[in-house]
Amino acid sequence: MNKISYKEKHESCYYKMLLIRRFEEKAAQFYGMGKISGFCHLYIGQEAVVVGMLTVAKQSDKHVTSYRDHGHMLALGSDAGPIMAELMGKATGCSKGKGGSMHMFDPSNNFYGGHGIVGAQVSIGTGLAFAEKYLDTKGIAYVYYGDGAANQGQVYESFNMAKLWNLPVVYVIENNEYALGTSVSRATAMTDLYKRGESFGIPGIRVDGMDVLEMEKAAIKASTYVGEGRGPFIIEAKTYRYKGHSMSDPATYRTRAEVQDVMEKRDPINNFKKFVLEKGHVAQAKLDEIESSIKKIVAEAASFAEESPFPDPTDLYTDVE
Amino acid sequence: MTEISAREAIREAIAEEMRADSRVFLLGEEVGQFQGVYRVTQGLLNEFGSKRVIDSPITEHGFTGLCIGAALAGLRPIVEFMTFNFAMQAMDQIINSAAKVKYMTGGLLKCPIVFRGANGVGSRLAAQHSQCYAGWYSQIPGLKVVAPFLASDTKALLKCAIKDEGPVIFLENELLYNYKFPKEAKEQKVEIGKAQVLVEGKDVTIVSFSLYTDHALKAAEELKKDGIQAEVIDLRTIRPLDFATIINSVKKTNRLVTVEGGWKFAGVGVSIAAVVMQEAFDYLDAPILNVTGKDVPLPYAANLEKLALPQVKEIFDACKQLCYTSSQR
Repeated sequence: MNKISYKEKHESCYYKMLLIRRFEEKAAQFYGMGKISGFCHLYIGQEAVVVGMLTVAKQSDKHVTSYRDHGHMLALGSDAGPIMAELMGKATGCSKGKGGSMHMFDPSNNFYGGHGIVGAQVSIGTGLAFAEKYLDTKGIAYVYYGDGAANQGQVYESFNMAKLWNLPVVYVIENNEYALGTSVSRATAMTDLYKRGESFGIPGIRVDGMDVLEMEKAAIKASTYVGEGRGPFIIEAKTYRYKGHSMSDPATYRTRAEVQDVMEKRDPINNFKKFVLEKGHVAQAKLDEIESSIKKIVAEAASFAEESPFPDPTDLYTDVE
Repeated sequence: MTEISAREAIREAIAEEMRADSRVFLLGEEVGQFQGVYRVTQGLLNEFGSKRVIDSPITEHGFTGLCIGAALAGLRPIVEFMTFNFAMQAMDQIINSAAKVKYMTGGLLKCPIVFRGANGVGSRLAAQHSQCYAGWYSQIPGLKVVAPFLASDTKALLKCAIKDEGPVIFLENELLYNYKFPKEAKEQKVEIGKAQVLVEGKDVTIVSFSLYTDHALKAAEELKKDGIQAEVIDLRTIRPLDFATIINSVKKTNRLVTVEGGWKFAGVGVSIAAVVMQEAFDYLDAPILNVTGKDVPLPYAANLEKLALPQVKEIFDACKQLCYTSSQR
């Protein structure tokens, strides 16, 4: 666990969650204007999951997720400008404009993507843990996937190998209740996803993924267990995405009232803001300062992306082999 | 001169690269304690231990993804598929992850990994265990595809593949594991992407790879008796394909026959034919012929299996046809 004060940690959590939200609101706006195309999966509503997990992760730990990846990039500290530029397919994008929303990577922050095939990142992430053990670097691989991916076969192939070889991996299931348009109960025989490791001997816990401090507690529990060399651990974070599966999904499979209810009662940012103010951990003035700094970062990222050139036609043939 | 089999060549290549680089490890079904189902990996567990020679569960999709993750994190995995037929279970990871990651990251990440194992026909294994995947993988940008014939090339090219910074599909052949080849006194200087003229000739060019290069050589021997000098080219690498060597040969012989064990449609031979037609049309004196596996799943019955696969006689006949001489003997 990072040795920083509550105050600093809470400021950092608020900053990261709000940065993800404001950044993606801007991305949604750009999508509506036709400046971002293709599939674009927003993390809005789920911010507390990755931000809470990262309060515990060490600098050298490794991380991998699905195509819903902007939030993870931002939370890990990647610059907002190249992320927005990548969304617009610009040469200055984090993948030189060749990856887009679903394929973002930042090895300098130990972020290994950004994978477009549902569930693929689970076996890849298990391989990141394999490398940690092989190289004896004492790190942990954090592998994020959704409730939809939880039904992919390679998840269980990975569980088996991870436990068999005692790999240092934390599986974080971001259960946002819908795999595209199919609710968990319509797709899943046994809906307690945190129990999915039981037959492999992998413990799991369920946690409120809308509460960044609950996520932190779960992360401490998981990283302690894994850090003791006991093998993999599963966290099921119950969360909710406010937007459609991607920008092209109008989300007609759920009611407006359902979404509204979550936004009012369970919003991770508003609730955390209320909490830190009540506890007096962070002053209103500081929160305002964070908000305005984020406004500036997002505006700068947007203009950086807009002003950046498209890739040179010669880049079509680079970085292939 | 001493002899070496492809099996020994592969084992030597793996052992030498594992000695040279501690990041190299071998993972697959039965590679360790069992010593390899084809005995290719015999002795490796003993020398390198279970940390680096890893018996995997039968879980191709999962262990392929796992090894790709390990490669992204800086290791250099050699993944053994018991046969490439089972790698279809892992196709998504090979193509969508290993082959594309460098491009999708704008070069930020690389995936140095070798996928190797028996490819193509075995002996009486029937449809689900007898298929050539050269054409499949060769279609994918980001992959290199190697399918050697000679043991010396097998060793040298596998060493190149392990040292390569990207994913390499290394197609072996079960029947070739036992073939004895003269052991070169000095190791050949070989690189991925270069074909080799095994027999020089002036009348017709035969190109092939892996097991069927052996058939091509036998057909060339027969043709010689009829006064036809066939030039035999062993492709060695299917992707990137050495078109220059083929076209140079066609400029001399003006005739081309391709041979492969896989199916014709969308296969290696028809792709070669298309490029040669486009780039050396003026040098061709006859249409290019493709001798391939027949357009059926591979049957079990001995006589049908033989009929389904390219025969020396078919290569012989194709060459005779192109040289406008009767194939009756």
